[in-house]
Amino acid sequence: MKLRKSAIALLSVVLLAQTLSACGKKDSKGNSLADKPNKLTVGIKFDQPGLGLKAPDGTFKGFDVDVAKYIAKELGVKEGDITFKESKSAERENLIEKGEVDYIVATYSITDVRKEKVAFAGPYFVAHQDLLVKSSNTKITGPESLTGNMKLCSVKGSTPAQKIKDKYSKAVQLQEYGTYSDCVDALLSGAVDAVTTDDVILAGYAAQHPGDLKVIGKGFSDEHYGVGLKKTDTKGKTAINAAITKMIGDGSWEAALQKNVGPSGYKIPAKPAVTE
Amino acid sequence: MNFDFLSNPDYDILGAFWVTVQLTLLAAAGSMIWGTILAAMRVSPVPLMRGFGTAYVNIFRNTPLTLILIAMSVVLSNKLGLVLASKSSPTFIKDNNFRLAVLGLVIYTSTFVCESIRSGINTVPAGQAEAARAIGLRFSQVLWIVILPQALRSVVAPLASVLIALTKNTTVASAIGVAEASLLMSTMVENESDALLGVFSIFALGFVVLTLPTGLLLGWVANKATVKR
Repeated sequence: MKLRKSAIALLSVVLLAQTLSACGKKDSKGNSLADKPNKLTVGIKFDQPGLGLKAPDGTFKGFDVDVAKYIAKELGVKEGDITFKESKSAERENLIEKGEVDYIVATYSITDVRKEKVAFAGPYFVAHQDLLVKSSNTKITGPESLTGNMKLCSVKGSTPAQKIKDKYSKAVQLQEYGTYSDCVDALLSGAVDAVTTDDVILAGYAAQHPGDLKVIGKGFSDEHYGVGLKKTDTKGKTAINAAITKMIGDGSWEAALQKNVGPSGYKIPAKPAVTE
Repeated sequence: MNFDFLSNPDYDILGAFWVTVQLTLLAAAGSMIWGTILAAMRVSPVPLMRGFGTAYVNIFRNTPLTLILIAMSVVLSNKLGLVLASKSSPTFIKDNNFRLAVLGLVIYTSTFVCESIRSGINTVPAGQAEAARAIGLRFSQVLWIVILPQALRSVVAPLASVLIALTKNTTVASAIGVAEASLLMSTMVENESDALLGVFSIFALGFVVLTLPTGLLLGWVANKATVKR
């Protein structure tokens, strides 16, 4: 009797697991983004100044938002027909696979592991991991100058934090918070010595605190930001690649960067080559 | 499902759950002590203590735990300079965060312990306290010798629920960077995006392994300990 009960329990767990995994697989045929959609749902970040930020009045601002709008325009969708949806880092692959968003422009680095699940178009931007410090700090000049007992802050679970530990200094103490804003707060109050992540994200925060914070400007890794979309949608990928190439070519790429992250003193980097 | 990540030496899953267990046990001990004191305050004859107990419970029980823990780190430690570890220690951040998290969890969980114990006190017949006072015991003696021993025996089951909730609440400590199970989970979610479901299942299983025996054991204890009336 007992055995039967536990067998039933086990069976229901297995069934549940299968239903869950089935969730991820449905809707795999879907329509291509290249087939003139009427409206689009686009995943962006809501909390990154300069890239993807939801303003208090409900509008969206940032470089990622401008790229998303440009692509939509090229796909034949009017700006009013775009719905922006928050796509947090951990949810991005799932949102694409389930078809809850059509594509994602959210500081989404192209990696091989992610390519197992989604396709990338682009890259539309190449960022470099960097350090954000107080303007008065002269000790930290780059990742090599991080020594023992210095305190570094990043977002929990993020790749930049892991990289510093692995590549540069094991002695550096790492503070992890849920958001970059908490890190910036800790930096301003002197509880940590530096904040690390991609330079373009840091530039957004430096711009919010002009005079108090500076980005070191010695990037030490390449993060290729791509536009994530469904793995099966090859035509859509080609269409988005064409849109990105056009955006870089006609000057709107540079204008969008200048508008969104230029004020922080961030040097507009060289134009990326679309290689995906 | 893909479980390749289990053999990756970068992920110390057992170590992370061990931190979860430590957080739970230390916070449980602290909450038990502080929660009992709070309950004593709430039933004491001194209006000031009653007022403090009521205010404390209502403020902290109704504040989100995430807010309390982030305030521990951002406000109490970073802004007001309260540090719970030696600043020159090479593991300062780790130790300080861990202790702040325990403190935050105690502040929050003790309100639930207090209310459970107070409900236990209400199960003790008024005659018990009256008889104790009649033989000349002071309030503290009535409470510690007569009321609380009976009250605690009747609230083992609700306290077990509080303990299970606490075990799961420790995941919030990842918001201030305590290296417990859910922080490792965020790292793995970031790196193993092709095996998300596997990662989630492993951590869900880990928590069930921690909480299920707690519930069963304390359920049995509750049956044994209860005062039959």
